[in-house]
Amino acid sequence: MRWVLAIWVLLAGAAFAVQPDEVLDDPVLEERAREISKGLRCLVCRNESIDESNAELARDLRLLVRERLVEGDSDEEVIEFLVSRFGEFVLLSPPASGSTLILYIAGPAMLIAALGISALYLRRRRVEPEQDALSDDEKARLAALLDE
Amino acid sequence: MIVETGHFALILALLVAVVQFVLPLVGAHKGWRGWMAVAGPAALIQSALLTFSFCALTYAFVTSDFSVRLVAANSHTLKPMLYKVTGVWGNHEGSMLLWCLILAVFGALVALFGGNLPDRLKARVLGVQAAVGVAFLGFLIFTSNPFLRLVNPPMNGRDLNPLLQDPGLAFHPPFLYLGYVGLSMSFSFAVAALIEGRVDAAWGRWVRPWTLLAWLNLTIGIALGSWWAYYELGWGGFWFWDPVENASFMPWLISAALLHSAIVVEKREALKSWTILLAILAFGFSLIGAFIVRSGVLTSVHAFANDPERGVYLLAITGLFMGGALTLYAARAGEMQAKGVFGVISRESALVANNVLLAVATFVVFIGTIWPLVAEMIWDRKLSVGPPFFDMAFTPFMVALAVILPIGSILSWKRAKLGRAMRPLWWALAAAFGVAALAWVFGTGRSLLAPIGALLGAWLVFGAAVDLWTRTGSDVSRKFGRALRLPRADWGRVVAHAGLGITIFGIAAMTAWQIEDIRVAQKGDVFTVGAYEVTLADVRRVEGPNYISTMAEMQATKNGREAAVLFPEKRLYPVAGMPTTEADIDNGVFRDLYFVIGDPQEGGGWAVRTYVKPFANWIWAGAIIMAIGGGLSLSDRRFRVAAGAKKTPKGVPAE
Repeated sequence: MRWVLAIWVLLAGAAFAVQPDEVLDDPVLEERAREISKGLRCLVCRNESIDESNAELARDLRLLVRERLVEGDSDEEVIEFLVSRFGEFVLLSPPASGSTLILYIAGPAMLIAALGISALYLRRRRVEPEQDALSDDEKARLAALLDE
Repeated sequence: MIVETGHFALILALLVAVVQFVLPLVGAHKGWRGWMAVAGPAALIQSALLTFSFCALTYAFVTSDFSVRLVAANSHTLKPMLYKVTGVWGNHEGSMLLWCLILAVFGALVALFGGNLPDRLKARVLGVQAAVGVAFLGFLIFTSNPFLRLVNPPMNGRDLNPLLQDPGLAFHPPFLYLGYVGLSMSFSFAVAALIEGRVDAAWGRWVRPWTLLAWLNLTIGIALGSWWAYYELGWGGFWFWDPVENASFMPWLISAALLHSAIVVEKREALKSWTILLAILAFGFSLIGAFIVRSGVLTSVHAFANDPERGVYLLAITGLFMGGALTLYAARAGEMQAKGVFGVISRESALVANNVLLAVATFVVFIGTIWPLVAEMIWDRKLSVGPPFFDMAFTPFMVALAVILPIGSILSWKRAKLGRAMRPLWWALAAAFGVAALAWVFGTGRSLLAPIGALLGAWLVFGAAVDLWTRTGSDVSRKFGRALRLPRADWGRVVAHAGLGITIFGIAAMTAWQIEDIRVAQKGDVFTVGAYEVTLADVRRVEGPNYISTMAEMQATKNGREAAVLFPEKRLYPVAGMPTTEADIDNGVFRDLYFVIGDPQEGGGWAVRTYVKPFANWIWAGAIIMAIGGGLSLSDRRFRVAAGAKKTPKGVPAE
């Protein structure tokens, strides 16, 4: 958390995130712009979206997003446009393709493996008590002893 | 002179740690009592030396001795006294010294209160703890010595980063270190048990308080950091999934898992080897966290340490301890015979499910955190993994956890009937749905997030209440008295689980219902934000002790009645040449009013940001309640008895 401030130190103009002059008049369009901004990385910051960042670059990107939206691009087109210019680094949620699929599959795969292992473990834990019961041989011997 | 003595004490502490590491472990192996007995006194001496060393550094900061390089780089004569003291750990070298100090103090606590530990186990635990100490003291002395002097001391210091001059952040690191280092104790116990080849209920009882202590300090530390981000960063974000935050969150998650699996070891003597593995991994994540924070590999822009030499050293420490412990684990884990037997529907199984969810969630956070590094190294792909990914990948685990938690915590040990356990819980579930419906009506047309958060949060809180209810017998008139006499551990569980519910609700409600307003306002302008009328009454210049401030006066009224007058500021710290935003917040039980003043605009007026944040405080209140639950559990009689019991005098062995 403390390191977030590094950005503030180095890059803080003197501003904070979305400025009043950036806000679009159309609330629906503005809402879309905010949603898109939250998924785009401020390229010179640490894991910060352009929606939160104070950096000059983030401001430029916010304005760019709004420009494209005003020109009638769909959300996907805006994102595609930014990826084509800045590469997939700009996406805070990496595209689920190629090697990155591993990242997306890792969690569920691990969960399935963990559930499988624990199911096996639970079955083993449950089976053991049977051994405490007397075997047929022992029962016969017990009966014989009691009869005496 | 005092500084040199502190420096000398630090070097002596390293030598003592080497002795504490080698002699007791050899002694325990060979069965030499004299060598084993070195462990206790050595642990006490080491912690005394480091305490002195830390005091010496604090003295240098308090007296502003700028001939010490660290003080010159991080302090200033005009800085308030509080921040001169907290400045000691507001930097890499000082915080590392604090880390080593806590490590040694925990060892000393085992030496002092570990009277009822078997001698051999105690010697091994202290030996392993000292091994960790040797590694970190070596790191401190050889790569980041805090006591280095300057040949030409400057007239004044370079000041502590103004963002760190804040009570929330000043005390955030010590709590985190207590957490990270507390896990070293669980690690030492795990490794010692592996060397012994034996784990029993007593071992579980010994590990649990350390894990609890670590976990509750991590909880407080993380909550403080998140709270600081909330009020200091100027827009009310409280969690960023930043690598450095994840570095503290991963040990928190895994120590929560360890905390629960150690219960199974203690009560039922099952899950032994898994618990050992968790104890090793929990400290492993602490080490990885230290590496992430201090090496700077995962971040391009970094404030603290971006010295590759330090990174390599820390990676080597991590590799050494994890590699060693896991190898030992592979060789010895098979010997841990489980005794307890239990059915598929039982408290044990519920705790296994808890462990699966928490461990996999930790893994998801881990892989997301290091993925950019992996992708760049292997596939040369430069990509980011940020909040949208973590929200999507991590949240389901917490939802699943919240769903099963109230059921699991009232299932009986060994063998339970689900229908019977659910009978009292149906009320909790119905009430939770009622709360969710209320949330749905209250926030019509908005996302499903708030109702779901309300459902889970209420389910946890009501579930905790049912837990308490079922444990106090069937005679209603005597319930109150019985509740008071319940073991503290029961209270701890109930309180901590309710705290989790409150945090979940707070996060969902604040995220879903927040209202934001960004505009340019002139002096005297009135505007509407949610149910509030906000007036920008005045903007003026104010001079603080070591800063200059632009301070606004903003009034908020609701239905014609005054709700709050707030004074958000924009400060400039001339020494550091750095502006900060000081939001002013009116904290309320049901909502926070969060006002921020920005820059003057070209056409006159000021940029103003106004937020209404419903239930914001519930996030941190829940965390603090969780920590209180941990504290209650820690004060349980059986730990005190176990920890404080006087050693019964044994007969002197005939020679």
